[in-house]
Amino acid sequence: MMKKLLLALLFAPLIACASEGELHLDHAPDKLTDQAALQNGAKLFVNYCLNCHSASAMRYNRLQGIGLTDQQIKDNLMFTADKVGELMTIAMRRDEAKQWFGVPPPDLSLEARARASEAGSGADWLYTYLRGFYRDDSRPSGWNNLVFANVAMPHALWQLQGEQVMGADHKLKLAKPGKMTPAEYDAAVGDLVAYLQYMGEPSAQTRKQLGVYVLLFLAAFFVLTYALKREFWKDVH
Amino acid sequence: MASEQKVDCGRRRLIVATAAVGGVAGVVTAAPFVASMMPSERAKAAGAPVEVDLSKLALGEMLTVAWRGQPVWVINRTPEMIASLKVTDPLVSDPHSDKLQQPAYCKNETRSIKPEFFVAVGICTHLGCSPSEKFETGAASGVGPNWPGGFLCPCHGSTFDLAGRVYKDKPAPLNLVVPPYMYLSDNKIVIGEDKKGA
Amino acid sequence: MAAKMQGLVDWVDERFPLTSSWKAHLAEYYAPKNFNFWYFFGSLALLVLVNQIVTGIFLTMQYKPDASLNSSGVPVAFASVEYIMRDVPWGWLIRYMHSTGASAFFIVVYLHMFRGLLYGSHRKPRELVWIFGMLIFLCLMAEAFFGYLLPWGQMSFWGAQVIVNMFSAIPFIGPDLSLWLRGDFVVGDATLNRFFAFHVIAIPLVLLGLVVAHVIALHEVGSNNPDGIEIKKHKDNKGIPLDGIPFHPYYTVKDIVGVVVFLIVFSAVIFFMPEGGGYFLESNNFIQANPLQTPPHIAPVWYFTPYYSVLRSITYPLFGLEAKFWGVLGMGAAVVIFFFLPWLDRSPVKSIRYKGPIFKTALGLFVTVFLILGYLGMQPPTPARLMLSQACAVIYFAFFLLMPVYSKLDKCRPEPERVTG
Repeated sequence: MMKKLLLALLFAPLIACASEGELHLDHAPDKLTDQAALQNGAKLFVNYCLNCHSASAMRYNRLQGIGLTDQQIKDNLMFTADKVGELMTIAMRRDEAKQWFGVPPPDLSLEARARASEAGSGADWLYTYLRGFYRDDSRPSGWNNLVFANVAMPHALWQLQGEQVMGADHKLKLAKPGKMTPAEYDAAVGDLVAYLQYMGEPSAQTRKQLGVYVLLFLAAFFVLTYALKREFWKDVH
Repeated sequence: MASEQKVDCGRRRLIVATAAVGGVAGVVTAAPFVASMMPSERAKAAGAPVEVDLSKLALGEMLTVAWRGQPVWVINRTPEMIASLKVTDPLVSDPHSDKLQQPAYCKNETRSIKPEFFVAVGICTHLGCSPSEKFETGAASGVGPNWPGGFLCPCHGSTFDLAGRVYKDKPAPLNLVVPPYMYLSDNKIVIGEDKKGA
Repeated sequence: MAAKMQGLVDWVDERFPLTSSWKAHLAEYYAPKNFNFWYFFGSLALLVLVNQIVTGIFLTMQYKPDASLNSSGVPVAFASVEYIMRDVPWGWLIRYMHSTGASAFFIVVYLHMFRGLLYGSHRKPRELVWIFGMLIFLCLMAEAFFGYLLPWGQMSFWGAQVIVNMFSAIPFIGPDLSLWLRGDFVVGDATLNRFFAFHVIAIPLVLLGLVVAHVIALHEVGSNNPDGIEIKKHKDNKGIPLDGIPFHPYYTVKDIVGVVVFLIVFSAVIFFMPEGGGYFLESNNFIQANPLQTPPHIAPVWYFTPYYSVLRSITYPLFGLEAKFWGVLGMGAAVVIFFFLPWLDRSPVKSIRYKGPIFKTALGLFVTVFLILGYLGMQPPTPARLMLSQACAVIYFAFFLLMPVYSKLDKCRPEPERVTG
């Protein structure tokens, strides 16, 4: 009995780690410090996403954090709101949206943080998802998705990407090209995902920058307090 | 003995240095907490400048808009109303608006940019009630037989004329505040902002 | 100046035990001089408690316990957390300090408790110190549970749903008890408001009282040490323990070093990985609560997972009562059994240093099993994992229940007369 238990314990990590079919996610490019990419992402977001999805925790003037001025925000990115301090809300009514899509389109303020899983970061999921739409006539919207099976959302970026179909080998093939080449489309989606990441936590860059100073200070303070401790503990034998 | 004193000196220096650096850390740590009680982005957005369309405001009428959550009055004064300010000149405590209750560009006889349009924060300078409009003149106003038109604060009876100037011997110490504002066009003002561009 | 200061102190001393308290608890509290690494966690727990209270007060100023939907269809409570994260100046820092502090509290307290197990700090005459400490731990669990509902995300909602439903396992009164706890037929606005009340005032009041009792009880009997021997047995002619040193300044300056090291780790998490790899802030909790849809995989926060595993490991009915009841009972027992430790350990020595191979093996096995249960609690259940968790649960309880036997059988080495440093 005891031996069995010990044996079970020994192999515990092996048993526990053998998990079921993993979701493969493509790695999203890291563009969080690339302001041009973030600005392009913001533009894609307000043009293609913000019609149906709100970002009700995000204020337009927070786009200052990606290098835009209030005037630029007003001129290029605001279609429904009239003050830069307003939140990115939408006019679409939730009950109507529910009738059209079956589910009301979720608020995207935190989408990049919510989609993190063991398979990858939230950015990875979004990057794979936005590049994983394919034609599926069995769906009411005419679209299906590689990582989000039977998704309610139609492919909002199809004009840019074109139309993909599912091949017999379970890989996606571009059947009808869109306005962008596949490489251009990947880059654009990368920008959009970076913007969604920024929107998920606009203070993230400030946080990391401040963190460096805090740690440097604490390291110096450690030296001082350790010297003080040594000084006092000379008395103790 | 001598060596003991030396040890104490080094020790004291270390204590002082650690306490000083620790104290600085404490103050710096407290700063975000204190700052968190300042108006948030939402409060700032709600307190953003307000645009007012003057074209629909009839002569002798008043409208109230909310700016930073406070009532701001915009009054389209008739020539008689403007003339009444001459009558009240000797009756008010600060006739020339010497106290800083208005932007420099409103320190004039009518306390406004254009004489007819008067803009003021409708909050009594006594204890913060919002005065009521008493535009009717004479006894009909219920304020007094010689009332030339103005405002009466319901809380403690302070009276103001049609330029928001407080009458003498009333509880309110100061004239009504004129907020910063500017004309975007002939018929449009923005309250809360007075620099060009931005 | 100094004379005036002394005058003021004298004035206070005639009316309040200022100087005598200072002496009793700091300047003339004699602690063993051989405290090691494991003795930092008591003062660190106090630091984290202060951190939680201060950041909590400032969060309360901005947070709204309201489950109704705002005009964008987002629950007000959920939106108010994001409001703190974005709109309140420095709100993100205060919130991360609080959320990271919650996990830090459990890490520190688990290490503090492990120290007790290592050196027999729960043994006579410190039974009450241990019991007050365990009550603090229970409060901490309640505090964490109530607080976790407040962000009103998916994990908040479903976590509360599952735990409140555990009470329905109690025979006869269970279902009504669950209903009473929720104040609604599902976890709802009423639940959120009462959990808020418990989290910000009721439990903290009890917690603070218990912390005071814990420290008073400790200072009454004096601190244990890594040798597990009583320093009060050998005193000089002034009555001061020969192996004791005044807590202040020696342990204050030492603990400050511990505090700074802790702050380095704590800050690294806050500033560079506030989500703690998905363990401190779970990604599912960035989705607003949806009473109609359970996330595909839910697990409690890491600090509850060992007990949660015990709950899940019991899958068969017994004595005519359903498995659910026994699972809940098992989980409760897994926590409550710690209370009895002072009387379960029959070893002639306190410290692991002088205990024999049986106890060392048992403790090592227990820690391993505790960690494995913790890991399993975070994973979705499979038949293999279920068997493993059952094996671990058996060892978990055997560690406690067999302790009176094996601790007596163990071949211990003699304790030294004086501390060994």
